Amino acid sequence: MTILIENIPYLLKASFLTIQLTLISLIIGLIIGFFFSIMRLSKNFFLYNIAYYYSFIFRGTPLLVQIFIIYFGLAQLEFIRDSILWAILKKPFWCAIIAFSLNTGAYTSEILRAAFEKVEKNIIETGKSLGMSKFNIFYKIKLPIAIKQSVPAYGNEMILMLKGTSLASTVTLIDLTGASKYIISTNFNPVEVFIFAGSIYLILTFLIHSLIKLVEKKLGYY
Amino acid sequence: MKKITKIFLSFVTLFFLLSGISFSDNIKIGTEGAYPPWNAKDASGKLIGFEVDLAMELCKITGDTCSIVEQDWDGMIPALQAGKFDAIMAGMSITDERKQKINFSQGYADEVASFASLKKSNIKLGGLKSLSLADIDGKEQKTLDTIKKTLEGKIVGVQSGTIFQNFLKSGLVGKVNVWTYKTQDEVNLDLSSGRIDLSLAAAVATTDYNSKAGNVLKLVGPTFSGGVFGNGVGIGLRKNDTKLLNSFNSAIDTARKKGIIKKLAIKHFGFDASM
Repeated sequence: MTILIENIPYLLKASFLTIQLTLISLIIGLIIGFFFSIMRLSKNFFLYNIAYYYSFIFRGTPLLVQIFIIYFGLAQLEFIRDSILWAILKKPFWCAIIAFSLNTGAYTSEILRAAFEKVEKNIIETGKSLGMSKFNIFYKIKLPIAIKQSVPAYGNEMILMLKGTSLASTVTLIDLTGASKYIISTNFNPVEVFIFAGSIYLILTFLIHSLIKLVEKKLGYY
Repeated sequence: MKKITKIFLSFVTLFFLLSGISFSDNIKIGTEGAYPPWNAKDASGKLIGFEVDLAMELCKITGDTCSIVEQDWDGMIPALQAGKFDAIMAGMSITDERKQKINFSQGYADEVASFASLKKSNIKLGGLKSLSLADIDGKEQKTLDTIKKTLEGKIVGVQSGTIFQNFLKSGLVGKVNVWTYKTQDEVNLDLSSGRIDLSLAAAVATTDYNSKAGNVLKLVGPTFSGGVFGNGVGIGLRKNDTKLLNSFNSAIDTARKKGIIKKLAIKHFGFDASM
């Protein structure tokens, strides 16, 4: 127990990295997901297929494999090490952000696509009959309805991403999981440390959950 | 008749399900399988290496039936204590820190640690050939100071939960920027790609990787032993398991006298690392 108490500041500092990774990945992933979901709605063959296979690949492979390919895999290629990209790929933090963002982006694009497709045809017809432009129909009708519909599913994705960031410890980052493992590697007492780390994850999940509840309330669910 | 057939069939199924579980009191030995040449896996996933061979020889001497169990390094000691296996043979050095939690047999092999860098790197870590932390004199202190100065602003990679990590955190060479990895392979990969400037590991682990990966690395600075690096590699056992401790200790004596440890060390390391 004393070992745990001594290490609480260290674990809290590490939780900050977990929060940082989650937030940055979710923001980038949301932007990626938004554009790819629109591509999925497009009738253009190339745009549709790029978005389709992106989502297929990143949802169809484990996040751990993705982060390993980006971190250890790309580093083996000489032309990558010689390129300007190496400045970013050299850093474990950015490798983790790239992997997490692409992963959550794929799921987000599916959530948004489903929400867009669920917008009822007759509402769009109404817009058309009022003489609204295509852009206005999308911006003023489709988008608000889709956002409202996707909030619960997206809340789920946020929680999954938070837990997914624990894989950052596999690429040398000292996040909450990494810090717990480090403490255990020196005192060999896994129970208390993992329970403490688990509780922090629970608190963070609760915060996300509350945020989603708040947004749902603001958007006026009935 | 139909009912009897059903019951018979369910017993047959149960038998096959349980046949995978062995009820004989054999000794399970945990190893990592990712630390060549100490312990590793061949292409088919079979555990091989110095310690796998040695474990079998020791069990032959004690007359026990043994099986080797694979376990990630970072969970090795907790898994021993949870009873997943009865002994650790995983290149684990005998240190005071670990002795607080588990027992060790007498050492069966010795290992020295060394920094490594890319072949083209020009990092220098003093002129000493070997450095024992057991007695630090003027010469040793001078080398440690040189290393301390050189390590400033450099990134050093180690496998987590190792004596190498403990050394870098001990303050003997100042405050070092340490990156930790799950396996030694990952340390070697990141050292080869240039993400980290140096690694610290068992010298044989680096040379073994180097011979397989096209000679891109080199050892730099002195080889380290003593102090936080412990006193050789031994078999880790649960504190209350004194029967197994005594039986392994005498088996190691016998194996040493018969030259078995020496023979296996030369086979796997290329030199006599037995002790």
